[in-house]
Amino acid sequence: MDLTQRQTPTDDRSSATGSAGLTPAIRMGLSIAAAVGLYGTSFGALGVAAGLDVWQTCALSLLMFTGGSQFAFVGVIAGGGSGMAAYTAATLLGVRNGIYGAELKALLRPRAAIIPLMAHLTIDESMANAAAQTDPGEERRGFWTAGIGVFVAWNLFTWLGAIAGEALGDPGRWGLDGAAVAAFLGLLWPRLHGRDPITIAVASAVATIVFIPLVPPGVPIVLAAVVAAGVHLIRHRGRDH
Amino acid sequence: MKDLWWWVLLAAATAYATKLVGYLLPQRLLDRPDVHAVAGALTVGLLTSLTVTNAVASGQQLTPDSRLLALAVAAVALKLKAPYIVVVIAGALATALGRLAGLP
Repeated sequence: MDLTQRQTPTDDRSSATGSAGLTPAIRMGLSIAAAVGLYGTSFGALGVAAGLDVWQTCALSLLMFTGGSQFAFVGVIAGGGSGMAAYTAATLLGVRNGIYGAELKALLRPRAAIIPLMAHLTIDESMANAAAQTDPGEERRGFWTAGIGVFVAWNLFTWLGAIAGEALGDPGRWGLDGAAVAAFLGLLWPRLHGRDPITIAVASAVATIVFIPLVPPGVPIVLAAVVAAGVHLIRHRGRDH
Repeated sequence: MKDLWWWVLLAAATAYATKLVGYLLPQRLLDRPDVHAVAGALTVGLLTSLTVTNAVASGQQLTPDSRLLALAVAAVALKLKAPYIVVVIAGALATALGRLAGLP
C-alpha cells in the first residue's frame, strides 16, 4: 500500500454524501455486511455439518469472529482432525489479523480506550474497507460500518445457517463456496493497482498452489504472506533509502 | 462433542489476542514507511492466497471445480465495476449453475 496515495486530498466521490446521508465508505460497508452476512449462513450450516452443535458454531462467530479461521476450525473437524489441529489451523489463519491491527492503528490512530473493541472487529472486511478510503473520516467510517455491520450480520446468519443446516443440505449446491471466492477476490481487487501489487499477487497465488498439497490447511496462506513480503523486499532493495 | 468446547474457547481467545497484539506495537514502528509498505504487501499476499485457497483447495488437495466459475465471473464483474454485493452473488450463482449443469 502506498502512503502517498492515502494522503492525497479526498476525491470527489469520497467527500460527496448520498441522498440518505450515506457516504461511500458507509454504503460500501453495508454492502459488505450484507454479502458476508449471507455467507455466514454457509458457515453456520458447515459448522453443524462438521459435528459441532449449534451453540459451538455460534460461539465461534461471536467470540472468534474471523471467518477464515472459523472455516479452518470446522473444516479440520469435518475432516476428522483433532481439536488441537483445528486450533492450530485457525490460529495460523488468524495471524493476518495481527498485521491488520498494526495497519489499522497506523491508519486510524485510535484512542487507547477504544482499542479492545476495535481489536475484536478487526477482520479482512473492516481492514479492507478502511484502507480502500482516501479521506481520514471515511477511513474511520469504513472500518466501523464494515466491522459492526459484518459482526451483526455474520452472527445472525451463522445462527440461522446452523439451525437451517439440515434443511439446507449441501451448501455447495447453493454456490456458497463460490460466494466466498468472489468475496475474497472483491477485497483483493482494489489493491491491484500498479506493477508491484500484481507481481506480489501472482507470486502469492503460485506459492499457495504449490504449498496446498505439501502442508496442512491454513499454512499455505501464511507461507504466501511470507512470499509476498519477500517479493516486496527484493523489489525494493536499495530503492527505499 | 462436549470436549470440543475447550478448543473453541481457546481458539477464540487466541484469535482475539492476535488481533490485539497488532494494536500494541509501538506507533513509532508503525509510522515507518517501509513497515507500511511491507504490511501492504502482506495484505495483498494474504488476500490473494485466501482467494486461491477458496477457489481450488479441498483440505490438502487441489480440486478444480465449479468454484473456478465463480472466480472468472467475479473477475468480469469487478472489471465492469459492479458493486461488491453483485460480485458476491454473481460468484454464488456461477458456482450453483455450474453444479446444476453437472460440473463438480
